[in-house]
Amino acid sequence: MPSRSLILGLVALLGTILASCFSNNRHQGEKLYALHCSSCHGEQGQGLARLIPPIAGSDYLVKHRAELACLLRNGQNEAIVVNGIGYHNIMPGNKTMSTAQLTNLLNYIESHWGNKGVPRTILDVQTALDSCRVPQAAEPHHH
Amino acid sequence: MFKRLLLLPTLAATLLTTACTEPPKEAAKLPIMGERDVRPRADGGPADTVFATVPRFRLVNQAGQVITNQTFAGRAYVADFFFATCPGICPKMQGELLKVYTKYAKDPRIVFLSHTIDPAHDTIPVLKDYAQRLGVTDAARWHFATTGAHNEPTAKDTVFQLAKAYFTAALPDKEAPGGFAHNGTFALVDDRGHIRGLYDSLNAQEVARLFVELPILLAEIDARKSGVATK
Repeated sequence: MPSRSLILGLVALLGTILASCFSNNRHQGEKLYALHCSSCHGEQGQGLARLIPPIAGSDYLVKHRAELACLLRNGQNEAIVVNGIGYHNIMPGNKTMSTAQLTNLLNYIESHWGNKGVPRTILDVQTALDSCRVPQAAEPHHH
Repeated sequence: MFKRLLLLPTLAATLLTTACTEPPKEAAKLPIMGERDVRPRADGGPADTVFATVPRFRLVNQAGQVITNQTFAGRAYVADFFFATCPGICPKMQGELLKVYTKYAKDPRIVFLSHTIDPAHDTIPVLKDYAQRLGVTDAARWHFATTGAHNEPTAKDTVFQLAKAYFTAALPDKEAPGGFAHNGTFALVDDRGHIRGLYDSLNAQEVARLFVELPILLAEIDARKSGVATK
């Protein structure tokens, strides 16, 4: 039965290709977190004492959900309160991540370490990014 | 083939001689880092070996106290270089040092010293806030120190020089997050100012090695104090 083994082989090949596509994207958020976030916020999103706020079980993610995409892109330079504790460290933004990457990162953060946010679509995140406040420093004032 | 045959007896001989002549195992001892200077003695006796020490420094900590080499004499300390607004490696590095500190928080034989490499921003109140936020309430246990407590114009150069002496690379770099490029080296210094170990704080195995080697140094210092060991 040469044709049967051929089909089986093709199915297996197709499966491998599909699996590799999905697994890459499925873990993109985790990889981006490890690369860009974990050295400050911790491998488990635990933060650092009262210097760096936690992401794990963070009420900030729920209360400020609509602002998070802009916060990741433009950074944070204001005092914030997370789980009742005030923090005032600067968080740098990341201008190089695509909307799809930001979506995967947010979905990873919001579904781990006790966080239970509703998954976002790329369109959700793009809409949020379109309405970001333009950071003051980046606005040139030529008249 | 011929060569290989020759090698075997050589190998056996080497093994035998080293096995027989090796001195009885002493307690493991940490190396002394840095250049050493061999100085012949005027009387023709055996030359003295002078080991590198941390250069003289004068800093001010988060409590506003002046600290110098003398502050650390007779005890071990772990030194590193950071800055309060550092968004790159510092939180990870200080988080790792916090683990070591937590284990030895009440041990008077060892203290901790973090130097800011951004003295213009990290004033005494900033350092104090940083220490408290990290959970360090006693400045004498973990110093967060600056070379620029009095707006010294040379503060940055001074701390960069000092970083070099502790084998830490620290440089201003516009491309780096926060404006400074530096690596997260922990330097373990002994009671006489010799650097006895260097550990990359971003590497879990290196931090584990610090946990292993710190007690070895403390034992050496204990022995020196009780007069058991001469060196």
